Amino acid sequence: MRREIREKAIELFFLLNSLVVIIVLIGIFYILLSNSIPAFREIGLNEFFTSARWNPTSFSKIEYGILSKIVSTLMITFGAMIFAVPLGVATAAYLSEIADPKVRQILKPVIEILAGIPSVVIGFLGIVLLGPYIARTFNLSNGLNALNGAILLAIMSLPTIISLSEDAISAVPKSYKNASLALGASRWQTLVKVTIPSALSGIIAAIMLGMGRAIGETMTVLMATGNAPRMPSSIFSSLQTMTATIAIELGEVPHHTTHYYALFAIGLVLFVMTFIVNLVSDIILHKYQEVE
Amino acid sequence: MAKDLKEKIGFFTLRLSALLVLLILFIILFDIITKGISVISWEFLSTAPRRNMTEGGIFPAIYGTFLVTIITAFVSVPLGAFGAIYLNEYAKKGWITRLIRMAIRNLAGVPSIVFGLFGVGIFVVLFDFGPSILSAGLTLALMTLPITITSSEEALKTVPRSYRDGSLALGATKWQTIKNNVLPVALPGMLTGSILGLARAAGETAPILFTGAAFFLPYLPDSIFSQFMALPYHLYILATQHHSISTVRPIAYGTALVLITLVLIVNMAAIIVRNKLRNKYKR
Repeated sequence: MRREIREKAIELFFLLNSLVVIIVLIGIFYILLSNSIPAFREIGLNEFFTSARWNPTSFSKIEYGILSKIVSTLMITFGAMIFAVPLGVATAAYLSEIADPKVRQILKPVIEILAGIPSVVIGFLGIVLLGPYIARTFNLSNGLNALNGAILLAIMSLPTIISLSEDAISAVPKSYKNASLALGASRWQTLVKVTIPSALSGIIAAIMLGMGRAIGETMTVLMATGNAPRMPSSIFSSLQTMTATIAIELGEVPHHTTHYYALFAIGLVLFVMTFIVNLVSDIILHKYQEVE
Repeated sequence: MAKDLKEKIGFFTLRLSALLVLLILFIILFDIITKGISVISWEFLSTAPRRNMTEGGIFPAIYGTFLVTIITAFVSVPLGAFGAIYLNEYAKKGWITRLIRMAIRNLAGVPSIVFGLFGVGIFVVLFDFGPSILSAGLTLALMTLPITITSSEEALKTVPRSYRDGSLALGATKWQTIKNNVLPVALPGMLTGSILGLARAAGETAPILFTGAAFFLPYLPDSIFSQFMALPYHLYILATQHHSISTVRPIAYGTALVLITLVLIVNMAAIIVRNKLRNKYKR
């Protein structure tokens, strides 16, 4: 009897530990929300979401509109996907379908190493390497712009897209491929018309996860996109994303001011955006696993 | 014939893509190593910055990153391991398990700057730890939790079922089985996986920006409530916030080299050990 109670208590202890994740997730949401409400109350949802002007320290008219920041974030995120999706999916297809096992064994850890490079280092290279290169190539005075940020974000989301797409592609049952090959299709036709379409939901989930990472990435875009808080007009515009705004300004504002709360409100928007992206990718992935 | 040509071109494109990814990594490492190596010396690693950080070394930043990572490890590794033990050994299929797994995946996707906001809101302000090693370490611990749980669980999964069944059949309780037959086998794997998470935490900047990292400190931190200098934050400052950015560029490269060397050595060691362990129990 005592032994049973002991066993139950131990199980409960481990359960409580695993519940911490849920508590943290709810805690994040709660802290963001409770610190955002004063901002929404004072600024108004309408101005906050539909104004493109953000002048929290202006003498004449203080404004808190985050539209330009949302547009900037989406712009470089989609820009990053234009580079990262073809490159990532093609690399994943190579790894799972063409590369011989030896090459794969070397390449997979190499891609993990790319994932391990801190974002501040990638941002640094955006300043010292990619920025000057972009400025020279396109004859600009300054290479810290949307294009720079998009390329760096593409590099940062590559490992996620590659490794998860590869999982999806190698999970396609061998019988599908064999059937296609037996019907006289070439290996290339099989890959493009059978294997990749069968793995599509997994690939899409991988892309969405990569996108989620790009939306939330802070240091690289903070360092490499020029920090100009205005509506971007082209890929050569300097801009300021939601993440960069928080990173730049939170250190300078006194706690419990409207400006402070407004930064938490940006955090809340960011949290909700990435949460939705991740949730959708999760749902896609799970539907796909159930079919298997 | 056309079919063959198409296949050749197609496969060539895929090969090229993989090569391009390799090339990107190569350029990153090459640039930092070649431009950073000349700054590295024993003095650079062991002394403090001097003259407004235009001379001297980066020791306080290395030391600060080390201290914060220890706090992170103390919280994140046990929490992750215990959580994983529940998920892999006890959890039954049901809504609670599904909810936990969903929370892990979603937590992994929360932007690092949002963890920074959370750390300010809860540790710095609400718990009143102030900007400190403790606040920053706890913030990073929560951020790495999804990694430590997932990798600990993966390690537990490699323990063959027969290890558990044998023990249970002999009349051992579940906990005795886990303690005596599962954990000893899984522990090395759990630790290496967790180290991967810690390496990531050590390289993070956004979560520590407002929870304790300092621009410059003339002394080393003396308690967990002190502020600290950190390698990634130091690099950020040297690259963007310093008043004469071009003068300190070599030092910035040196800092970047030290940072990626630390992170990559830990990463690589953990990956190699993990792959060894994976193969060990496959048979």
